[in-house]
Order: sequence, then C-alpha cells, then structure tokens
Amino acid sequence: MEAMEKEQEYIITVFSENKVGLLNQITTVFTCRNVNIESLTTSESAVLGIHKFTIVVRTTASKVERLARQIEKKIDVLKAFVFRPEEVVQQEIALYKVTRSHNVELLVRRYNVRVLEIDDDYIVLEKTGDKSETGELFDLLRPYGVQQFVRSGTVAIIKSRRELLNEYLRERERLEELEKREQTI
Amino acid sequence: MSGDGRLLTGSQALIESFLQEGVDTIFGYPGGAIIPVYDALYDYRDRLRHILVRHEQGAVHAAQGYARVSGRVGVCLVTSGPGATNTVTGLADALMDSTPLVLVTGQVGSALLGTDAFQETDFVGITQAVTKWNCQVKSAADIPAAIAKAFYVARSGRPGPVVVDITKDAQCAVAPFHYERITSIRSYVPSCAPDPQQIADAAALIDAAQRPMALVGQGVMLGNAEQELVAFLEKSGMPAASTLLGLSVLPSDWPHYVGMLGMHGNYAPNIKNQECDLLVAIGMRFDDRVTGDPAAFGCNAKIIHLEIDPAEVDKIVHADVAVMGDVKRTLPLLAERIRQRDHKAWIDELLACNRIEFDAVIRKSLHPVGGRIRMGEAVDTVARAYDRDAVLVTDVGQQQMFAARYFGFRRTRSIVTSGGLGTMGFGLPASIGAKLGAPDRDVCLFVGDGGLQMTIQELATISQSDVDVKIILLNNSYLGMVRQWQELFYDRRYSFTEMANPDFGLIARGNGIAYGCVERREELAGAVAEMKAHRGAYLLEVRVEREENVFPMVPAGAPVSAIRFE
Repeated sequence: MEAMEKEQEYIITVFSENKVGLLNQITTVFTCRNVNIESLTTSESAVLGIHKFTIVVRTTASKVERLARQIEKKIDVLKAFVFRPEEVVQQEIALYKVTRSHNVELLVRRYNVRVLEIDDDYIVLEKTGDKSETGELFDLLRPYGVQQFVRSGTVAIIKSRRELLNEYLRERERLEELEKREQTI
Repeated sequence: MSGDGRLLTGSQALIESFLQEGVDTIFGYPGGAIIPVYDALYDYRDRLRHILVRHEQGAVHAAQGYARVSGRVGVCLVTSGPGATNTVTGLADALMDSTPLVLVTGQVGSALLGTDAFQETDFVGITQAVTKWNCQVKSAADIPAAIAKAFYVARSGRPGPVVVDITKDAQCAVAPFHYERITSIRSYVPSCAPDPQQIADAAALIDAAQRPMALVGQGVMLGNAEQELVAFLEKSGMPAASTLLGLSVLPSDWPHYVGMLGMHGNYAPNIKNQECDLLVAIGMRFDDRVTGDPAAFGCNAKIIHLEIDPAEVDKIVHADVAVMGDVKRTLPLLAERIRQRDHKAWIDELLACNRIEFDAVIRKSLHPVGGRIRMGEAVDTVARAYDRDAVLVTDVGQQQMFAARYFGFRRTRSIVTSGGLGTMGFGLPASIGAKLGAPDRDVCLFVGDGGLQMTIQELATISQSDVDVKIILLNNSYLGMVRQWQELFYDRRYSFTEMANPDFGLIARGNGIAYGCVERREELAGAVAEMKAHRGAYLLEVRVEREENVFPMVPAGAPVSAIRFE
C-alpha cells in the first residue's frame, strides 16, 4: 500500500516551548527515519513564549503523519501540524552577490529585484518569493558571475480560518480546569 | 505546595524532593561531580536505602527491575562523564520497554560547561534519543521543580526514563525549599480522554467478529488494568494471546489464554493469525518480533488498537479503529458496549493447535529422553518448585525464550525481561531491583553464560546488600541464540560464539554467594530444592545441552503463520 504512495512536499509547523536543545530533538526525528529536511526555520510565534518551527520535507502522506506524531511526542512540543503547499502562504528570501554588468542591471529592472548594496565591482540583490522564483533568478544571473548565493528557509502562514494552535491551547486550559475540579471534589 | 521555604543546599533539596515523591530506594554509584549529593545522602540513611552497584549500567537495570515489579518510578544516581555514559544502555532499554525511571547525573560546575572539563560530557545531548525527557539544572532553586517534572513525565502516559543533569555548583548552592508535585504540563498530553465514537466503532467490530483474538501487551500492566481486561475478555468471550512483556497480566492457566505471540511464541496465536477476522491489540505496539512480516500480520482481520501513545497508531500495522487513551478507562467503556459472547468453538480450535505444539515441541523440551539437561526442563523444574508463583527475571537469548515459554505465572507483574532492546547483561542487575521492589516474593533469574559475564560484577552488589535472588545459570558455553541462527541460517559456521568460561563456582564463592552445580538430569530437582531451601542469594549452574535450539520459530521477516517446529 505504502509502496504506491507518492512523495510530495509537505510543510510541518511545530509549536513548542522555547527550550534549549529542542531543535536537535526535532531534527533527530527526521534523521533517524532517514528523511531529508529541505528547509527549516525557527522563530517566535504570535503567542508569547511559544516557538514556531517551519519544516519543509519531501515524503509520503502516511510517513509525514507519523513524523508529526513522533515530533509531538517530545514533551516540550505543543503541537505539530502538517500542510500541503496549497494550504499555506509561503515565502523565502534569497540574496545574491553578483559581478556588476549591464546585463545584470537589466535583469534587476525586469525582475523587480531589490538592490541592497552597490560597490564598484559587485552588487548585492534580494529577491523574495517561492523556491522556484528565487531559483529562476539564480539561473539567469549565473552567466554573469554569482559570487555568493544564500536562500533562507521557508516561512509559512496557514490559510485556514481556524487558528489551530489557539484551539489547542484553549482545549488544554479547559482540560486542566476539569482536572483541578475533579481533584478538589 | 510543601516544604517550608527553609534554606537547603541543592543536594539536600534533591533528596527532600525524592522523599516528596515517595522514593525509598536509590541505585547508584558515587563520583566527583555527585559527591555533594552523596554527602547529603549520608544524613538520610534512615529514610532512603541506597544500593551501591558495581557499574552504572547495573544501577539502571536494577532500577528497571524495581520499577517493573512495583509499578513505582525507579531512581538512579550517578556521576558525570563515564558514570553518566555507562547508563546509556539502560536508558535505551527503559525507553523501549516503557519503564518509568528518573536518573540524576552529576555534571561539572556550570562555569566549566563546554570546556572539556574533567569528566564532562554533554549528557543532555547524548541522552536525547534514549530518554522520554531530559534537562540540565544549573541552579539550586530550580532543582525541586525539575525533579517534580521528571517524576511526572516518567510515570504518566506511556512511562519512560528521564534524566536530570545537575551541575556541581547547583548541588552546593543554597536556596529556599518548596516542593509542588506536578499534575500537568501545557505541552504534554499523557493520555487523552476516551472518545465515545472510537468506543462505539470498536464495539461494532467486536460484536460482528466470528474469530477474534485479543493481543495483550504490557500497557495493561502499566495501566493497572488487569481486572478491566479480564472483565472485557469474559464478556466478549474472545481468546487472548500475550506479548513477551504482557506475560503474567493473565494467569497462564486462564481458560481462554492461548499463549505467547512472537518469533518463539506459541503455535496457536501465530499459525491462526491469518484466520482471525479481528485482532484487538491492547497496550501493545506490534514489535517486529511479534508481527514477523507486518504486511501479512492479521491480513484477513480488522484491527482495533487500544493505545495510549498516538505515535504508535498506524506505525507498523494499520488500525481500522484506534481507541486512544488509558486502557484502565477505555476497556470498561468497551466492555459496557459489547454483547456477551461465547467463542467456544474458535477457542477449542486454538487450544487444539497448542496440543499440536505440545506433541511437536513441548514434550521433548520438558521431558527429554537421554542427553544432557535441556533448558526447558530446567525452567520447568524451577517453576514447579516455586509453584509457578515466583517473579521471573531473565537475561536475553535462548534462556529468555525458554523461560518465557515454560515458567508460568499466577499474578501480574511477575516478569522482568528486556524485550525491545534485547540487552544482554540486563538480567543480573534487574533481579536485584526486582527483589527489592517485591521483597515478599521469590525472584528467580535465568541467565546464560554470555549474559551473566556482561554484568557479573553485580554479584558483589548482591552480596553487599544481601539481596535474596536465585540465579539459575543455564550454561551451554555458547552464545546460544546467535549459535542457533548460525546453525539454521549460516551453514553451521559458529563464528565466535563458543565460550571458554571461568569457574563460576569460584566467582560465586569469591563474592560470598552460595553455589551449586548440576549436570545430571536425575540430580536437577534435588539441586533446585537445595537452592530454594537456601536463605539468601544462590547461584545454581545448570550445565545444559550445548546445541539446543528454541522452537517453535518464525523465521525473521516471514509471516507469523510460517512458524516452524524444527
């Protein structure tokens, strides 16, 4: 059954307490199952004190669900959600250090690229977009001499009207209240 | 909140925290980075029993034995660096077998962290993969909260080992002591409330089944749900098989018990696996030693999985219905919803299979004619001497499988064995903990000559702490299980499995432990009786048939219905 499953891109968002070493705990879930992480970013979430990891992987539908359950098993992880690319708005930022030339400057104008710094010899460009867009620009610039190239990991916002993390936190509070009441009875 | 805010050192706070959690026994080994805690412990000798092991691995296995028989959290105390790294095997074993443990390790002073200081290791980093949770504490004031969280995490939900790494300066500094037991953590849901829909769906499948079988795992024991299980089984009328770690949850002579699952399990639950139309997995995790080829396992059955750990559902075998939560709560709800049934014809069919197994394997194993003593008959002789009511501790290998097959059980929490990790050397230290955790019971350890020598130094612990364990050494001068595989699958090329052994009698006596040795069948029962009559620890060496094999056997990776008798 699983052999038939197709690998595709998934975005896993993990919400956790902000604890030292948690990044390592999360990435080992992938390494010990031999799943390559395409990109990974971490930042504060909208909820104070809760950290958010955005992880992009290529794997199968059933494997990605198992990965999420294994991540959630970590005591300091609140919740892990799995999304398909169409369920999120995602962006990456790419920086390019390119040798200055007339052709490069033409490309800058045509592709609406932001210029961060201009030197006599080089120019530093910034492009925001999805991976294919930043990759496309890299291919166009390459003939003119890309000296450095760096791309951030994916950051993603979930399109759904439901705020899953907030729902989880409210549910936890409700259950804790129930437990406390049971204990006092 | 308790503790009156009096000023304590971190070391005193640690021990007071242990007392708050009801700890009465600690297994440990001192060293440089934990000396302050040991110094404080000196003043608590009247309230806390400390067992000085001979190697830190032994401390963890002993704590595992203690936890498994008593249902309490096992506690260990060791120093930094090598003391800590020596525990890693035990932690991995406890994680695999869901054993609640708290291990406190000393750590170099916080100012030295990350400087490659003497006896420094990144123990939180090292143990991430082998603990349920771990943390480092660098301030005395944080110790009580860390210990409270450690005990809560270790024993709640699916239990497991927890490490608290405490820097030496935190052990020495002074802080006001307050203790508050933890009952919840925001990011951690130990077990969810039963879902009525899941219960209803499961009940419908059970009511529709014609050839159902329950697969009983250790989760029932961990949830203290033995009575709930029996009530469920009696109403459903379905037969039950057990995993290795689930042994003793049901008495071996329970009328609808059809035997042990797995590679060396009983014939009925394996050969009939594909004839089942429903498998009800209760607190078990479909280990590959249980399922054989997972694609073929229960391939004609619907599968209901009663499970506390969401990560286990659909991990190996797809569950048609997952009933999430603690089986202590879900089993009664399920029992309430199902019809009273009788599956007598089906059970008779299964029991008939076990009669086939008796004729093909068991009779020869328990009542051999001629040749040297067999492992099965040694196990059976000991078990009968104890009226099948002792706690069985095993090491890993052939003796483990023979013991699991033939020992027999009357009450729950009567088996301590390394299932998931298969740790040779587990048995001897685990038997120490088992006896201390169940002081009113007889504890019999079965161990091979290979496994015994992996942790043989713990004989000195047994002697120093006067632990009354009966050690039955089944000596075939081989690493028997590997030799069996070499015989069956590697053309009898016995590559480095033969052992030239020391004189175990000298070693036992050198440790002040009584010793007996038996080679002849007619002397076996007498030797066992002598061991039983002896007050205190006893090592009985049984020199067994050298090239005996454990059967039945499911070849690795094959469907369990491919089980063979020879």
